[in-house]
This record gives sequence, C-alpha cells and structure tokens, in this order.
Amino acid sequence: MGGATVAKLIAQRIALGVLLLLAVSVLIFAGTQILPGDVAQSILGQAATPQALENLRRELGLNDPAYIRYFRWLFGILQGDLGTALSNKRDIATALSGRLANTLFLAACAAVVSVPLAILLGLLAVRYRNGIIDKAISGFALASTSLPEFFIGYLLILVFAVKLQWFPASSTVYDSMSFLQRLQAVVLPATALTLVVLAHMMRMTRAAVLNVMQSAYIETAELKGLSPLKIIRRHAFPNAIAPIINVVMLNLAFLVVGVVVVEVIFVYPGMGQYLVDHVSKRDVPVVQAVGLIFAAVYITLNMVADIAALLANPRLRHPK
Amino acid sequence: MAEAQSKARPKPRAEGALLDIRNLRIEATVYPPGEKPRDVVLVDDVSLKLERGKVLGLIGESGAGKSTIGLSSMGFGRGGVRLTGGEILLNGRDLRKTGAGGLRRMRGREVCYVAQSAAAAFNPAHKLMDQVVEAALEHRVLSRAAAEKRAIELFRKLSLPNPETIGERYPHQVSGGQLQRVMTAMALCSEPDLIVFDEPTTALDVTTQIDVLAAIKEAIRDTHVAALYITHDLAVVAQVSDEIMVLRHGKLVEWGGTHQIIKEPRQAYTNALVSVHQIEHQEHAPGVTPVLSVKNVTASYGGGTVKVLKNVSVDVFPGQTLAVVGESGSGKSTLARAITGLLPPLEGSITFDGRTLGNKLADRSRDDLRELQMIYQMADVAMNPRQTVGTIIGRPLEFYFKMHGRERDQRVAELLEKIEMGKGYADRYPAELSGGQKQRVCIARALAAKPKLIICDEVTSALDPLVAHGILELLLGLQAEEDVAYLFITHDLATVKSIADSIAVMYRGEVVRYGSKSTVLTPPFDDYTDLLLRSVPEMEIGWLEKAIQGRKMAGAGN
Repeated sequence: MGGATVAKLIAQRIALGVLLLLAVSVLIFAGTQILPGDVAQSILGQAATPQALENLRRELGLNDPAYIRYFRWLFGILQGDLGTALSNKRDIATALSGRLANTLFLAACAAVVSVPLAILLGLLAVRYRNGIIDKAISGFALASTSLPEFFIGYLLILVFAVKLQWFPASSTVYDSMSFLQRLQAVVLPATALTLVVLAHMMRMTRAAVLNVMQSAYIETAELKGLSPLKIIRRHAFPNAIAPIINVVMLNLAFLVVGVVVVEVIFVYPGMGQYLVDHVSKRDVPVVQAVGLIFAAVYITLNMVADIAALLANPRLRHPK
Repeated sequence: MAEAQSKARPKPRAEGALLDIRNLRIEATVYPPGEKPRDVVLVDDVSLKLERGKVLGLIGESGAGKSTIGLSSMGFGRGGVRLTGGEILLNGRDLRKTGAGGLRRMRGREVCYVAQSAAAAFNPAHKLMDQVVEAALEHRVLSRAAAEKRAIELFRKLSLPNPETIGERYPHQVSGGQLQRVMTAMALCSEPDLIVFDEPTTALDVTTQIDVLAAIKEAIRDTHVAALYITHDLAVVAQVSDEIMVLRHGKLVEWGGTHQIIKEPRQAYTNALVSVHQIEHQEHAPGVTPVLSVKNVTASYGGGTVKVLKNVSVDVFPGQTLAVVGESGSGKSTLARAITGLLPPLEGSITFDGRTLGNKLADRSRDDLRELQMIYQMADVAMNPRQTVGTIIGRPLEFYFKMHGRERDQRVAELLEKIEMGKGYADRYPAELSGGQKQRVCIARALAAKPKLIICDEVTSALDPLVAHGILELLLGLQAEEDVAYLFITHDLATVKSIADSIAVMYRGEVVRYGSKSTVLTPPFDDYTDLLLRSVPEMEIGWLEKAIQGRKMAGAGN
C-alpha cells in the first residue's frame, strides 16, 4: 500500500510537470505572437513588394489561424523539429544540440564544485554557529552573491587571465578539444557561476539544519555522547534534506538558464550566447525554441526536487 | 586503530556512591521583554546521594528544578542553563570540572536519558534499532551484532510486541506507549550505571502508563541499573522508588524513604502533596429538560472513511456537569467539535436550549454561538500573545453585547474579580501570567459571553495538581453562581469525581457507560471502565502489581 502511495504521488507530480510544460509552451508561443513586427517583413527587408510578402507569408503558413500554427509548432517539436532559424536558414535543432551540450557541460562543472562546497560550508557554519567561522563563511558567501556576475567575471579575467595568465580569457571550445582542454577553458566561467550560486545554497543548508537542531532528538543524540559533527551529519542533515534539495535544484536550474551573461563575457559557445545573438536579430523561431528548452530544464529540475523530497520522507516510504 | 575500536573505553569505578551531588547551584539568564537580561537561580543548594542499583524519585511541581537536576547528572544544561556551583560526583569524578570531551565519553556510557516524549526524542529519519544501539557502538561497549542481540533481549524484557523485528520499524510506525519502552531499551542498551527517567509516563494514557511503568520497574530490577525517576505524580513515583526527594522552587523540601514520604511526611508541603485533593462534590439529580441533548450522533473524518463517533447520545442539564472520560483516540474531543459545529455530524441531531442546532457552523445564529462557549487544554495558545488580558476578555463583550469604553472595562473588572485575579491584571499580557492564571483568563473570556453551556476540553490536564485543584474549585463556584452547565472532557478520573454530576465513558468512538456519577462509579463495571478505574495510580506501595494482576482486559497500545 505504501509503495503504491508514493508511486501515485510521483506519477501525479510528473503529470503536473508535463501539464506545466504545455502551459509554458502556449505562453511562449503567445508571447512571440504579441511581439510587434512581421516575420516575412523582417526576412525580406523594407524594400519587399506586397506581393512578395504575401507569397512568403503563404509559404511560411503565417496566414493560418494562431492555434493551427501553435499545433504545427508543437508537433514539430515533439518530432525533434525545432524549426528553421530565419536569420541563416539553418536547422535550429542541429545548431542547438552542440550548444546545449556546451551549456550543460559548463553547468555540470559549476555544480560539481558548488553543491558539495555549499552544503559542506553550510554544515560547518552550523557546527560553529555564531562563531568566527560561521560569520566568515556567511560574509564571504554573501559578498560573492552580492557582486553581479559580470563584475565577478571581469574580475576573474583581470586577475587570472591577464595578470597571472593561468587560464584563457576567452573560453571558446571546439569539437576537436580534449576533455582536459575543455575543463581548462571553463575554469573561469565555472568559478564565476559557483560564486554566484554558492551563498543561496549555503545559507539555506545552514537555516534548514539549524531549524532541525532545535528538535528533541538532537538533545537525545547529544546525551548519547555523540560529537557535534556526527550529530549534524547523522541526526540533523537527513531531516533537513527536503528544503536543501529544493534550493539546490533551483540553483542548478539557474546554472543552465541563467548563464547568458557569463557565457557572453567569456565568449563561451553555449545556449545563452546563441540566444542573445538571435534575439538581437529578432529571430523568433530560435527564441521560442530556446525559451522552451530553458522552461523544460527548469520544470524538470524542480520536479526532480519534489520527487526527491517525497522519497526522503520516511513517513511516505514506510507508512504505518 | 582497528584494535582500539574493538575495545570498550574503560569506565571509571570509584568506591562509594554512584552519584553524589553536593550543594548544587544552577543558574540561567532570562531575557524578559523590555527589560534587561538577568540571572535567575533555578536550583539552589541541593545535595543528593544515589547508591548503585537504587532508584531515587525526584518530585515537585513544574519549575521545581527536578528535570534540571536530573540533566545535571549528565553534566548537561538545557538551553543555556549553567551549572554554577557545587560538585556533581559521578563514579568519583566531578562533572563540573570535566571538559566537553570527557562529558561526551561519559554520556551514553555511564548515564543514559529517557525523555518525557519519546515520540519527539526519536529521530524520524532512522530505524529504531539504529538509534537503540547507537550509544553502545559509539562508546565501543559492544559490537554491532552483540548490541543488536542485547537490544532484542531488552525489547522482549520490556514486553514489546515482535521483539525480533520491531527494531526495523521507524518511530512513526510504533505507538506512543511502545516508543516509550523502546526508549527505555535504548537507555539500557549500553549497560550504563545510571538512567535518568524524565517523566517517562506523563504523556501517556492511564491505561498505557500502567504497562510502561511495570515494564520500566521490571527492567530496572533485572539489570541492577540505578535510576533518577523524575515526575510530578507522587503515586507513580511511589511504585518504583526506594527513596523520594521532594523539591520546590529549586530547593530541597524533604528527602526520605518512599514509605516515610508517603505515609509519614515531615514537611507541610510534602503533606499537601500527599493528601488526596478530592473535592467533595454532591451530585445533582438530572433535571427535567436538558440544556444540551446529543442524539445518535455519528461523525467521521476524511469523508466518512473513519468513523470517530458512533451513535453517541448524551444529555447535559442546566447548571450541571457531564464528564466525558476516555483515553486519547476515544472521540472525546471530536464530540466537542461536533457540538460546536466545527465537524458537522453525518447522522443524528444536537438540540440546545429547546432548539435544534444547525450541523454546520455557518447555519448557527450569533446567540447559538454565544450561549455555547469553549475552554481549551492549552491556555497559552488559545490567547493572542499580543493582546492584553483586558482586550482578550473584552472581545466577547464587544462582539456579543456591543459594550464599549467604560461599561466594558467595568464588566472586565467584574469578571477578573470572579476569577479571583483582580482588575490590576487587565493591562498584563498572557506571557506575564502563570499557567493557572492563563486558564483563569480563558474561563473569564468564556463567561463574558454569558453562556448556558461551557465545553471544557482537558482544562486542567496541563496544570500542576495543586493549581488544577484551584481551577476546579473556581469552576464549581462559578457554576453555583451563574447556573452554567459544563461538558467536561478529561482522561483523569480523580477530576471526574470532583466535578461531575453525570459521566459518559467513551471507548473507540462509542459511549460504553453513561449515567449519574454514583451509578457509573459503582460496580459491577464493564471491562473498559474497570480497566480505566484500576489504572489510576494510588499512593500505595505495591499498588502497581495488584492493579496489573486484577485487570480483566489489557490496555490499548500493547
């Protein structure tokens, strides 16, 4: 009976995620429809004759009602066809796949460092709460978050690329690069991202664990003669896991969808840079596709967080 | 390293008493709102001695410092409490001079702790077995296999069901009475010299308390562990202790053998604790027309799946008290929710003062609401902490009678007189009042509406016996003056005898026995009423064994 309850809850959560994604796709489509301007006009330019515009509109299906165009777009996406970029007539899916991989690589590098570091710092802050170590950790994390990422980015370039010349200032990666070369290329942008997301996760870990530290079972552990770190690790952390997972997933989502500025600064060929390029060219199909992918990442990670929190609850895993 | 792990840390063993506390002084800093922080003395000049294998009962009202003294034997001060003077000699060394590392090596090894609420004291994220053996493994007393074997033996000794497998369960899968026994097993697992029992049965139903008490007593006897047994219930402590120490306001009142304390107390305060506070209450014969008549009410939570009230019928007569008795889960509070309209019944009707009440709260008139008031167990959460006593009592006057200004203040002052507090309290905040005073304010608030019936839901359960006694006398006095009827919900049979005119005994959602006080409390009893009556601790050495033997049915939660 218990397994069935959990399975049902998870299935509900997944269904909700899919529904949410559909709603977002409607919003994205509607949003780009409201934007002023006309795709045929922007392709042909100011000098186009009305006849040529009309022909192109018919060719692109722009004269059909909006809902038909929406479903045509949606079914295309479901079959892996994200459409064609207006500006260079290239297939969006092909152009995106490499860039998405690059963005995910950068995000993964930042996550591998920032998530364990943030949780460790959070736990240390709890162990030495209100002491000098706690204050130093909080101060450092808050300062790094308060600085905008473009500032941190340029600062890193100035110190590590220009002055010390340890890492390249531009993080351009090619297909022919080895894994190590890629790693070296993303050190600076990954560091910038880590500094941005660190404080949020660290503070949340600290707050969630501190909240649990008030519980009676922490006193029980203390009266068993356990050391403070063991108490935090074994008795407090497992009960604080749900809020921590939530904030970690939010930050992972940010690492994917919020990298626009950092990618531009470091000239990193990821999704963000691709998006910025095409927004400036008013390339609506690309903006729609990228928007939808960002939304999918966001919704998926939040869904994973919810499911993980469900599974972390012993009352749900082992009902009476 | 591997060798060291298999070897238990040696336990110091000195000659003489196991625990020798001399002139203990404990202080804490309090931060009253709007005032400068100041130090208060919680325990002053208390000395005690406990031999190996003996049980010492610490008894007193809340604030007497009994838990604080109990925890001091582990070198622990809860929430910023400081051990500021005297000596705490455990196995010959002074815990006040022992560092943090030394205290850690001692805790869970030489002294273990059993908390009042085992449900809160167990970590919800881990299996019971992992928590039970944790201290034994931490201090390398036993190997994992040996510790689990000992734990299962202890589970069996404490008569827990399925001793082999109960350790695989999580805390939420086990009942409160069972958890309390698992916690006792946890304390015994690392073979300590001393266990501090901090009100281990206070949060349990009487019918469960008796079993847990018997299990604890047997475990203490079989393992020869010494114990500090902390409680406010003298009848309970008399069953398990060799000696009893009476404390008040952090000071020692009297210390002696169990027999001497309960039979020949030397101090006036001990005498007051020992003497039974039975209020002689002459029951009234039922009147002609009831003020409240509950007929065949069935109610459930969760859309009819779980029936929590089954065909309940009771009457309350004007100016009289109906006591509703039963253990937790029997449906007493649900009955109150159905009467007040918070939980619309599925079937049945509720007649009040001659008119049929709407099932739902929204269907009731303002007068229906006014004439039916309620007082709760937790007085402090039933009041807005940011309102003064005057505002709290004045609110029903404004709401029901449109009283304002001087007229209202005058009525508030009258009500404060009625609850024996005086009008000086009108400007105080709830946080400045004692537990008993808070409950009095709640009574005044209920009275302000000039009700015909007040539902009292466990109103004295959270109070010390002497304070509860005062509240009961107040309620009886007000009943005589105002001719108000009470529906008095309680699990405490002594309270029932003091206040009731008629009694309804509830068990699993049904009324199993109902009638005037004298008929309900006169044999022959049904099995459940018999169990309930036998489970009330009596201040008599050897009561526990007699009560366990004479039962016709076993308590729930087994």
